Amino acid sequence: MAGGILNLACIALRDAIARREVTSTSATEAVFAAIDKLNPTIGAYLTLCKDAALSRAAEIDKDIAAGKARGALAGVPMAIKDNICTDFGVTSCGSKILENFHAPYNATVVEKLLAAGAVVVGKTNMDEFAMGSSTENSGLGRTVNPWDTQRVPGGSSGGSAAAVAARMAFVALGSDTGGSIRQPASFCGVVGMKPTYGRVSRYGLVAYGSSLDQIGPLARNVADAALLLGVVAGHDPKDSTSVDGELAPVADYLAEIEKPMEGLTIAIVPEFNEGASEDVRRAIAEVIEVYRKAGAKVVEITMPHFEYAIATYYVIATAEASSNLARYDGVHYGYRSKDAGDYIEVYAKSRAEGFGAEVKRRIMLGTYALSSGYYDAYYLKALRVRNLIRQDFTGAFAKADCLMMPVAPTTAFKIGEKTADPLQMYLSDIYTIAANLAGVPGISIPCGLDSGGLPIGLQILGPAFSEAKMLRIARMFESKTDYHTKAPALEGIQ
Amino acid sequence: MASKIDISQVRTVAKLARLQLTEAEATQFSHQLSAILDYMEKLNQLDTRDVEPLAHCLPVSNIFRDDIVISSLGAQKALANAPERDGEFFKVPRILDDSAGA
Repeated sequence: MAGGILNLACIALRDAIARREVTSTSATEAVFAAIDKLNPTIGAYLTLCKDAALSRAAEIDKDIAAGKARGALAGVPMAIKDNICTDFGVTSCGSKILENFHAPYNATVVEKLLAAGAVVVGKTNMDEFAMGSSTENSGLGRTVNPWDTQRVPGGSSGGSAAAVAARMAFVALGSDTGGSIRQPASFCGVVGMKPTYGRVSRYGLVAYGSSLDQIGPLARNVADAALLLGVVAGHDPKDSTSVDGELAPVADYLAEIEKPMEGLTIAIVPEFNEGASEDVRRAIAEVIEVYRKAGAKVVEITMPHFEYAIATYYVIATAEASSNLARYDGVHYGYRSKDAGDYIEVYAKSRAEGFGAEVKRRIMLGTYALSSGYYDAYYLKALRVRNLIRQDFTGAFAKADCLMMPVAPTTAFKIGEKTADPLQMYLSDIYTIAANLAGVPGISIPCGLDSGGLPIGLQILGPAFSEAKMLRIARMFESKTDYHTKAPALEGIQ
Repeated sequence: MASKIDISQVRTVAKLARLQLTEAEATQFSHQLSAILDYMEKLNQLDTRDVEPLAHCLPVSNIFRDDIVISSLGAQKALANAPERDGEFFKVPRILDDSAGA
């Protein structure tokens, strides 16, 4: 039965718990049995909250038995990326500098999950401070891809994606600054969505690039992602960049999800596919055919500034990071060097010993881009190009309901393949990064397997605050194919 | 092609960023950051003289709220993660030396 429970989707599990066919306790126990077996190899979790999760599950079971409603996620065991503050366990961001940090409050999204009855299983591994595309930059643990343990799970939300793919959680939250939800979702064969900037509160999300960061769902299918988005979305007085109900009210993302889009127009950019591997190109071409057969119109467009997105991003994101990460001073919280002399040395040594190489590299890059004499040439220039990139999207969405393209040029790459050359790692973000610069939402859904049996992701991008429509478009493909039902063969993992 | 950022510049930036780098790190960053900055030269292919800088994508500015007093974190919670504390205070090494006459 344990395998049976674990294979239920999130909504199916919640409904089965509500009907008292299964209990949250049995689902939570099954999840921890899977974690005991798989996590030593896969390394999806950094922190486990077993006792708290089991007692919370028991409490929810008791309420349900007494006829009390407990919310949209009642009794569902789920995972949270470790850069989202929880007042239980550790919030480390995958960094040695926060290895023992106990957040004094819950992020707004965590409060919302708890109010909806979710059972938090643990906190997932990630590239340190969400800086990376493979989770190899974690300072605290190694995560591998459940489909092939020689390969990376993607990043930076690699732990969340691996946990959902390997049935160690029913759903998970991640964060996406340049593709950090969509790319690991693609590499691990699950659904991952970056909402519009402002859709979800960032209060309690440890800041990396504040004008780009957004929290979003990872799930086994589109409806589960829609459910989780609905729970966490909405204005938060504690985050003035979260959008209020007047500008863009939160929709019921599940209400019309089964209703196919009539008169759907899809934009594609033919030259984008040239940079992708043959398997990825073939899978995307097949996706387009599925939509065509379903009655969609496909238009070919150009986005002339898209190719500047990586250069733009690595100026803006690192500039914001260099400022955001100045708070790690060895005084207020986090690691403090044991052998520092004066105040400046406490600061400089604690950071030197606490941060990993990629975080230092990005702080250096951002500090340089903001420094006197270089600000106009790099930072201001990048902000201007960012506007051009956003205009490309505005132009695209004037002609079509959505854009479709790959999530990543390749399927999951081998561990260590790109770590020696940071620029090569940055270039793997080519398809995902522009959405963050333009603030628009994007979703990655499984759309095929490559010749080696690894999952391929389709990326759908839509106008700001069009999440409900995007989820419907994604569900159209999912309802006609069975890629979302494919799961990694975990038998060999001990 | 000359390095975009040489070791002495790396040292200056590291000082601004409050990062104590080893010799090996400084050398490596000089190479890696130069390669990345070379790649960023790409942006200069675009004429952006008439383009407004875009700092964020939301159609909002100046968010106001009523000035209502609400409870804050409190000293104990705020200090709970301090590496070193002294009662109600964060503890840091001496900042001004005695000879400065402060």
